[in-house]
Amino acid sequence: MHSDAFDRYHHKHSLIHQLDPRIKVLITVAFIISNALLPDGAWVAFLLAWGFVLVANVLSQLGIGYTFRRSFIALPFALAAITVLFSIPGKPIGSFQFLMWDMTVTDAGLLRFVSIVIRSWLSVQMAILLVAVTEFPKIVHALTHLRVPAVITMIISFLYRYLFVLTDEVMRLLRARQARSAASPGQRSGGSLGWRARIAGHMAGQLFLRSYERSDRIYNAMLARGYKGELMTIHPHHFERRDWIICVLCIVGMIIMQWTGRI
Amino acid sequence: MEVMEYNGDIVKVSDLHFAYPDEHVALRGISFNLCEGEKVALVGPNGAGKSTLMLQLNGILDGRGAIEIGGLHLTRDNLPVIRSMVGLVFQNPDDQLFSPTVFEDVAFGPLHMGLPEEEVYARVDAALEAVRMSAYRDRLSHHLSVGEKKRIAIATVLSMHPKILILDEPSAGLDPRARRTLINLLRDLPITMLISTHDMRLVQELFPRTIVMDGGRIVADGLTKEILEDEAFLKEHGLEKP
Repeated sequence: MHSDAFDRYHHKHSLIHQLDPRIKVLITVAFIISNALLPDGAWVAFLLAWGFVLVANVLSQLGIGYTFRRSFIALPFALAAITVLFSIPGKPIGSFQFLMWDMTVTDAGLLRFVSIVIRSWLSVQMAILLVAVTEFPKIVHALTHLRVPAVITMIISFLYRYLFVLTDEVMRLLRARQARSAASPGQRSGGSLGWRARIAGHMAGQLFLRSYERSDRIYNAMLARGYKGELMTIHPHHFERRDWIICVLCIVGMIIMQWTGRI
Repeated sequence: MEVMEYNGDIVKVSDLHFAYPDEHVALRGISFNLCEGEKVALVGPNGAGKSTLMLQLNGILDGRGAIEIGGLHLTRDNLPVIRSMVGLVFQNPDDQLFSPTVFEDVAFGPLHMGLPEEEVYARVDAALEAVRMSAYRDRLSHHLSVGEKKRIAIATVLSMHPKILILDEPSAGLDPRARRTLINLLRDLPITMLISTHDMRLVQELFPRTIVMDGGRIVADGLTKEILEDEAFLKEHGLEKP
């Protein structure tokens, strides 16, 4: 059994793929911050930011609509901002009754809500592009060499390595349950909801115990190879002229976005 | 079956006792020696104490008794040096390969030994070459088959240039081809080995000397040929003649 459903890297030889991972992480973070700083209703700037994402898509040889197609997964999270529709003071543009409350949507609230959705949608597209053009271990390297605390990069690194192992473990548990979920002829099978919930609880407990024991074995394996509490990594990346040029171009692009958003 | 005397110059273990925190006694007075270049099998039923003994040799578990590796007593101060001398490979390669990529896993040991980067690169390449996995250097560990993972797991300790290689159940879970590849690899590696296994055909084929453990004790230590001929003895200790 083998699970690699979480791998989002697409192997290509594009300009973007070949960039130093530190540059890619930095540009992605800078782009997300730049989006967050754009004022509400800065439509031209939003359009420019989207153009930026589309150009990055094309340069990475993934196809112009690559990130667009995958970005809708993040939209439900934008619903967390739905309260701004009703909470920002402004000109009422519609109202409805929700349970015992009168909900009034204001023009300022709608503007803020749409801007938040666009900002998060653009940011998610850039993050999707980052993991599509950079192998995950290289992102972790980049974070390490950008001075992100070692404990965080270690947790991310172990999470990535063992997510696959744990998923396989879950699949094995589910398969074992499925294999024994039999029914006698004429009998209703499956048990009561409470019974099924208890079984699911046992499985979660089982998974926790297995993971806990595994963590012990992994720690032993690390100790056996000289781990003394500090994780050492090699520094395989070097900035090239190309990296600096792309970095400067992107920063200029973001400055133009900010300027456009404020005129 | 009698326990033979070997004058070890790589590993000397004398009167080693160990009990787990739940008071389960796992080792009861283990003594044995290993000579340089020897390839020794460690066999015995489940729960005999084989894995516990292996963890003692690397200082992961700390028992009562004396352990000497390459002339150094196993003490807290000597642990880092001893860990570089004893290459311990765990049974489940998913426990051994904890880094995202093959390169990082093989480089882990040399990096933690404080070696310069050029030396780390050279050792990683040499270790992967030794297990015939050079082409897998940049692969992700979770994309490998069990047989490939086992070979990479061996490379992760070979890169530390150990004096002795200790493997726990190396052939468990392998298909015949992967098992054969592993056997050839173990045969060709010019290094002292102590290998715990239930695979008696592997023992017969590779190891001139066998140590049999049962109930936390060494019940036989001698020539593999002689041990494997004594069917009654093997049966008594939960083993089978291959």
